Amino acid sequence: MTNAAAGQQQSAKYVANFRVWRGSSEGGELEDFKVAVNEGEVVLDIIHRLQATQAPDLAVRWNCKAGKCGSCSAEVNGRPRLMCMTRMSTFTPSDTITVTPLRAFPVVRDLVTDVSFNYQKAREVPAFVPPEGVAPGEYRMQQVDVERSQEFRKCIECFLCQDTCHVVRDHEENKTAFAGPRFLMRVAELDMHPLDAAAESGLDRKRTAQEEHGLGYCNITKCCTEVCPEHIKITDNALIPLKERAVDRKYDPLVWLGNKIRRRPE
Amino acid sequence: MATGTDPAARTAGTETGVHSPTRARIAARHLRTDRWWLAPAITAAGLLAFVVYSTWRAFSNAHYYAAPYVSPFYSPCLAENCIPMKGGPNWEIFGSWWGLSPALLILIFPLGFRLTCYYYRKAYYRGFWASPPACAVAEPHKKYSGETRFPLVLQNIHRYFFYAAVPVAGILTYDTVLSFRDENYAWGHMGLGTLVFLVNIALIWAYTFSCHSCRHIIGGRLKHFSKHPVRYRLWGWVGKLNDRHMATAWASLISVALADFYVYLVASGAFEDPRFF
Amino acid sequence: MTQLERQEWDVVVVGAGGAGLRAAIEAREQGARTAVICKSLFGKAHTVMAEGGIAASMGNVNSGDNWQVHFRDTMRGGKFLNQWRMAELHAREAPDRVWELETWGALFDRTADGRISQRNFGGHEYPRLAHVGDRTGLELIRTLQQKIVQLQQEDFKQSGDYESRLKVFQECTVTRVLKDGERVAGTFCYERESGRFFVLEAPSVVLATGGIGKSFKVTSNSWEYTGDGHALALLAGAPLLNMEFVQFHPTGMVWPPSVKGILVTESVRGDGGVLRNSDGKRFMFDYVPDVFKEKYAESEEEGDRWYEDPDHNRRPPELLPRDEVARAINSEVKAGRGSPHGGVYLDVSTRMPAETIRRRLPSMYHQFKELADVDITAEAMEVGPTCHYVMGGIAVDSDTAATRGVPGLFAAGEVAGGMHGSNRLGGNSLSDLLVFGRRAGLHASQHAAEHLGVSRPVIDETQIDAAAAEALRPFSAEGSEPGAQEPGRPPENPYTLHQELQQTMNDLVGIIRREGEMEQALEKLAELRVRARRAGVEGHRQFNPGWHLALDLRNMLLVSECIARAALERTESRGGHTREDFPAMDRAWRPVNLLCRPADPTGGLAATDPVRGQIELVTTTTEPIRPDLLALFEKEELVKYLAEEELYE
Repeated sequence: MTNAAAGQQQSAKYVANFRVWRGSSEGGELEDFKVAVNEGEVVLDIIHRLQATQAPDLAVRWNCKAGKCGSCSAEVNGRPRLMCMTRMSTFTPSDTITVTPLRAFPVVRDLVTDVSFNYQKAREVPAFVPPEGVAPGEYRMQQVDVERSQEFRKCIECFLCQDTCHVVRDHEENKTAFAGPRFLMRVAELDMHPLDAAAESGLDRKRTAQEEHGLGYCNITKCCTEVCPEHIKITDNALIPLKERAVDRKYDPLVWLGNKIRRRPE
Repeated sequence: MATGTDPAARTAGTETGVHSPTRARIAARHLRTDRWWLAPAITAAGLLAFVVYSTWRAFSNAHYYAAPYVSPFYSPCLAENCIPMKGGPNWEIFGSWWGLSPALLILIFPLGFRLTCYYYRKAYYRGFWASPPACAVAEPHKKYSGETRFPLVLQNIHRYFFYAAVPVAGILTYDTVLSFRDENYAWGHMGLGTLVFLVNIALIWAYTFSCHSCRHIIGGRLKHFSKHPVRYRLWGWVGKLNDRHMATAWASLISVALADFYVYLVASGAFEDPRFF
Repeated sequence: MTQLERQEWDVVVVGAGGAGLRAAIEAREQGARTAVICKSLFGKAHTVMAEGGIAASMGNVNSGDNWQVHFRDTMRGGKFLNQWRMAELHAREAPDRVWELETWGALFDRTADGRISQRNFGGHEYPRLAHVGDRTGLELIRTLQQKIVQLQQEDFKQSGDYESRLKVFQECTVTRVLKDGERVAGTFCYERESGRFFVLEAPSVVLATGGIGKSFKVTSNSWEYTGDGHALALLAGAPLLNMEFVQFHPTGMVWPPSVKGILVTESVRGDGGVLRNSDGKRFMFDYVPDVFKEKYAESEEEGDRWYEDPDHNRRPPELLPRDEVARAINSEVKAGRGSPHGGVYLDVSTRMPAETIRRRLPSMYHQFKELADVDITAEAMEVGPTCHYVMGGIAVDSDTAATRGVPGLFAAGEVAGGMHGSNRLGGNSLSDLLVFGRRAGLHASQHAAEHLGVSRPVIDETQIDAAAAEALRPFSAEGSEPGAQEPGRPPENPYTLHQELQQTMNDLVGIIRREGEMEQALEKLAELRVRARRAGVEGHRQFNPGWHLALDLRNMLLVSECIARAALERTESRGGHTREDFPAMDRAWRPVNLLCRPADPTGGLAATDPVRGQIELVTTTTEPIRPDLLALFEKEELVKYLAEEELYE
């Protein structure tokens, strides 16, 4: 680093007020810290500085520090965020910055929560069904056909959408019935996959989205889209299209009538 | 064992949501420091203003026609008690037994379209129902079943209101064409009202075609875009409009009220329609 | 101490990145009951950071491509130090491994005729990298993760238990591989969340823990990359191979400090980005080494034409192998032609329209926009070398991925050495994970099948007690050694030790190495090792990052010593190892492999002895390259690499 750059770094330094929630499932509280901030830093840098200098046992999850792995999810000033993607320059030096664990999941310790809900839900979505009779290497798909699902596969599973979604955040009891935006999006991803053969195998993803994964709980208030660090348009491109696909199946009177008529002879 | 998939063994206590016993014990319902209440407050105020205005106008049963302009609230006019509009969309389908304001007969459709619209749902769930009031702000309700039960499960019929909204928008387009007449029904004229109607109908169409159901019907339901290049292209256009669904929802809501208000001003004689030619 | 939970599995896979998951899938499909254990959450492994793509000679974009060409490129990139059999298997099997991902739901970018699209990359003769925008690693990890879930769903249908045959122990760390005599018997683990110890008993253990980057200050690697697998193998008695070869990726972010080291994908250059110094000069044209002279463009015009017409033009030198580019950038900065923050400029903004940049490099666009507040469509990026990958690693059998000397211990992915020789080509990492992950899983399950029932290895309690005592020591760290001169010294802060280690490795065993500096490094490492024994932590065992780091320090110190000793020994410059005092490649070193093994085979590790150290080097020579593979090269080219006697054979 050149001297000039080092000089810049010095001049941009200040001491910030941080309030970090510390505790476990037994209880805890917001603790106040004063901590140095350098130019260009993000909230996760400050948390690391706290660890290295003032609170060596401060529990926090992190990994890539580049917004690609989705580990360092927390709530900064009450908003679900990736700490590595929250630049300190978005605050003024006099702000008090409050960092808490995700509030939709059981807390483990400090900023670490038990996100097993999400892994449970992941298991409940039936996997991709490969088309029969198409050998590996013979898959042919057009770019325009894969793009919709590719958008959803940008998901880094930070679970911020699951955290902010009021269906489960505000109603613990809905966790059994509702898969959450991330996994409804997974259903949409598979339903839009050009070669997914679920329908041929007797699995109707459109119907199960509503009947098994709780699509109806979603009231499309778009908080999932707002928090998504990958800027996936979860609501407009996954959840609403999925709702429309469920409508195709369940609320279309023509389809309904057709089913009635066809069922009668049985 | 830390497999990450143990079902939550801990049972919920009396409190739910962010105060559930397993969650981090933070007394505050939210820790947001920004003005999160502003957006829902503006939404609620805007919608409320429209509801008050449109209720007054719909029930007033007066000042809705000033040749060549018919208020979009009263078009098509489907009862015998309608003011006769030469060449206009007044068809006496409901005959003479209908004694109330004829606006009520037709407003059901645009009302239903907007009420079940994916954008408006978000707006009023947040603004009026506080479900949620804003992201990561705990909602005040003890129970929540979303759109899984009656009546909210009926939101799923949005697409049929879309089907209905298209002919209604068609009729309003027809009204706009008729507005190229003068007060004596001579063609080839234009006034300020014509301009108001043109802006309104453009926004109505933009809102109608930016509808999520429309996007689905046009192409979203397809599995293979590559096999339907025309529908794929249309889907792309609708998608671009759909990005602005919120904007068109508000713009067309305001424009339709303004168009009605313009007709009211002219019909009540409070204002004279400036004629361009 | 004997009340630990013990579980019996057939195969234990340590690490849940690309190699670990692929190994687990294979082992489970072969019928072995398989446990995967990883330090992070399932699906967060460092593989997600891979951007460019998976190298596989499918020939979808240029039908001239085939495994032989891929093999040739790999050997050239590795300066012929590669275990040639690994390079061969890798080149042959990579296409199948990619195609298989599609049957598990992966969605790669497509060619116009609907096949998997492939892109150009440094060192690859043809467009070869299957990719998804610039988030290929994420696609790979998610596909493997979802395949695991699919297998668990199958098991659930059969047994009612998702985890009956394949289970992921996430956020758990392995601190020791346990043995029964010579052979592997299981792993000693702790759960990060609770600090609880447990033992997984298994006749086969696959190490797939990735790399060592966290021993360096400027690195693209995440916190997990503390050389755990390398250290576990060493401690279990399996040697490491050619640890001096550490790849510094030429283009890491250099500003702001908090993101220093984070990778800027090579696709930026593959898609037309160019490197310029502070004078605005495309300096790479001055740095094309002789061995590559015929393959690279000599003028900017020719280089620029190549993007459109690769058949009739030579590629621009920005696409030289990573070691060459990293050294070139290093030289420019040293010569005072660097950018304000000590890097050089990587520019796409003047080369492509903004819309194209956003479409082709979406995550780079976002990375710079959101982490550095730089709009790459409007201004140049500042980049510099960052520690990225270790070519060296556990010495393994090329075909079976079995380690040397420890039956039942396997290794795959970055933790295994040899495949990439002295320098890895971009894109060869993801394919390496898949090819050798599968092979490790296959052979681990076969080995396990032969050692079940009565022949299952048995773990004696003393090993477990020793491992537990070792893991708990940071809680009772004494401030001072018995009889020390300053009684009552506070325990060492593990964060401070880690920072000093990183600084030492970066400054003294970095891109350009000198004998004196490496000797200094070894002394410093010895000092750190002594101090690390006093590393103490506060608090309790529940999710305590200070404790975790204190335990990881052992591994980083071991691995760092291997790197420093091997680097000091190898008196030539080759690939990821550059000696200022021996700047040329020496053909005599080509067949020489340096093996690191513990100096104290009893396991005491002489940790407090600064001179002797923990590691001793063994020099071995490689098997000659098979003639039919040698025949793939021109004689004139081989002369540059191979020693006289090798040529005559």
